[in-house]
Amino acid sequence: MTAVAAPDRPVVRRGGSPARPLRALWGLVGVVLVGWVLGNGFLSLAYHPEWYGHNRILMALVGIVLGIGGSALLFYCINVFIESLPQRASQGLIPYAFLLPAFALIGLMLLYPTVQTINYSFANNKSTAYVGLDNYRAIFADPAFWTALTNNALWLLVVPAVTVAVGLVVALFADRLSAGGEKYSKSLIFLPMAISFVAASTIWGKLIYDANPNIGVLNAILGTENDWIRMSGGRLNSFLMMIILIWMQTGFAMVLLSSAIKNVPDETLEAARLDGANERAIFFRVIVPQIKGTVLTVFITVVILVMKVFDIIYVLTNGQNNTNVIAVMFFDELFTAGRAGRASAIVVVLLLLVPPILVYQVRAYRKEAAR
Amino acid sequence: MTALAKPAAVTAPQVRVNKQKGFMRDGRRRSWVSIVVMVVLALLWTLPTIALLISSFRSRDAVTSSGWWTVFTDPIHQGWTLDNYSGVISGSNMGMGFINTLAVSIPATVLPVMFAAFAAYAFTFTYFPLKETLFVIIVALMVVPNQVALQPLLNVFGPYGLGISGQFVAVWLLHAGFAMPLCISTLRTYMATLPGSIVESAKIDGASHFQTFWRLVAPMSMPAIAAFATLQFLWVWNDLLIAKLFLLPSNSTVIVQLQQLLGTQGQGAELLTAGAFITMTVPILVFIGLQRFLVRGMSAGAVKG
Repeated sequence: MTAVAAPDRPVVRRGGSPARPLRALWGLVGVVLVGWVLGNGFLSLAYHPEWYGHNRILMALVGIVLGIGGSALLFYCINVFIESLPQRASQGLIPYAFLLPAFALIGLMLLYPTVQTINYSFANNKSTAYVGLDNYRAIFADPAFWTALTNNALWLLVVPAVTVAVGLVVALFADRLSAGGEKYSKSLIFLPMAISFVAASTIWGKLIYDANPNIGVLNAILGTENDWIRMSGGRLNSFLMMIILIWMQTGFAMVLLSSAIKNVPDETLEAARLDGANERAIFFRVIVPQIKGTVLTVFITVVILVMKVFDIIYVLTNGQNNTNVIAVMFFDELFTAGRAGRASAIVVVLLLLVPPILVYQVRAYRKEAAR
Repeated sequence: MTALAKPAAVTAPQVRVNKQKGFMRDGRRRSWVSIVVMVVLALLWTLPTIALLISSFRSRDAVTSSGWWTVFTDPIHQGWTLDNYSGVISGSNMGMGFINTLAVSIPATVLPVMFAAFAAYAFTFTYFPLKETLFVIIVALMVVPNQVALQPLLNVFGPYGLGISGQFVAVWLLHAGFAMPLCISTLRTYMATLPGSIVESAKIDGASHFQTFWRLVAPMSMPAIAAFATLQFLWVWNDLLIAKLFLLPSNSTVIVQLQQLLGTQGQGAELLTAGAFITMTVPILVFIGLQRFLVRGMSAGAVKG
């Protein structure tokens, strides 16, 4: 028998078990049957709600069972089929069988649509004929697009850096509390991460930034009656909305940075202290170099999130008052103005911002894989 | 004093118990600056949510005539009421929205995690040509913004394509697809830390890959799986864009309903706070219940990278 040695190394195959055609047939029939039941089950939910008595709870339950149970069965049948093939074929095919559903989804939901969007960006608004670079000329000539681009840049400059900085401060102070105090204070700061962008925008927009000083805390504290969210002087409203995102993401930064700080070996801290380093020097010369990797991970994660920031702005200002960003502009072009060509061109520009981060991600992965 | 002393769990065995005043039980000196700073920060981070909770139980008149913070000085005359909740549940149909959101979130959490776990297993424990290339594609796709995919997918799922747009299935597939790269790479990172010898000996005992996966690797990867599933559940529950674009109004989630409530000015505006709190209940419960897994899983993945 061949034992699979270490992964990443070609398996040496000798001999091998014979094919078992009956079992293979059984597996194949299973795959087809499960696929057929799954497909028709889902379609029946869409087209024949009367079969389920229009009972939405029942339909939801059927959907859940079909989706989860069906996929498990499908995997099982694929496996039965492949393992009954001659061993040589089976060993080679198994990885692909395990990868197939994941890559089918990635292909259909990410690869194909991305290519198609690039394609649409050169086409007219009904995506029926090519118009060359017209869409790009139109958006680059539009001052609103440059406003959105500027705002995106501002969000990218401010939010990731502030989130990491605040998260780091919180992690450092929490580290000096007793175990219980640390646990509870961190939980409270982590909690906003569970809240949706829409609910967070409701909280901040309606209870903190509201123009009525009896409702909005900010006006109550300052004794003013400003409609903060409409005040675009110095991009003030954009900054106020950034605070919402920072409020939500600090907990995430804190959790990762905190565990990185706790992983700094005691010996290095003790050695620095024996050498007479003060706390400042210890932080910048001993701790920071050792948590640099985590700081970058957090930073990149927030950058990716900020690039597609949509909900907060869409819900609070819908891009009015100089707050527009690319994602909101895309939404408006596509669904309000019905200009699919321009909308596609706008997101393609967003896509062009990706490569630097992408190169970093792939490099980081390569480095880790080499370790 | 040692500003950056280690937590109790790390140093406890060697530390002699210091019962002096001003010291913590693990022997470190109590840092009052840290205590004050952390209390202030924790309050700052919690107050907005508390403000929402208080406001959601106050009548429209009370909310517009006095701030929610007056509750702390005069807790009785605040026009307490449950009308906002009954109004939003009956009037805006949030009860149905709640069930819809569960119907969207549960499969959209389980399916991608299951698919990704199989793929991560293949990437970790099997050999096949082009393995590196395929994985680099996955790492690269983690960065692509979802908006890029929306318009073509509206066509694919729409009436001229598969005809499933508006149904739960469409949203499950979307969330599953968008989550796949991050989920595969997270689980692979974790699986790579499992001892390969266990999988090897399972092979020698004649276990198939399918058995090895279900009986050995999946249970051993539970910390990472639980962490990612929690995150994915929160993302899907809280998502606005996909739910808004790909669900019929009768299937819409609480988040979409809340966004529509936000658009209403004047009458019905008092329902907003109650509606917002309803959308937050499940995520907060899940979050508190599973926080342990979440923190452990997130830290395990990130400290390596």
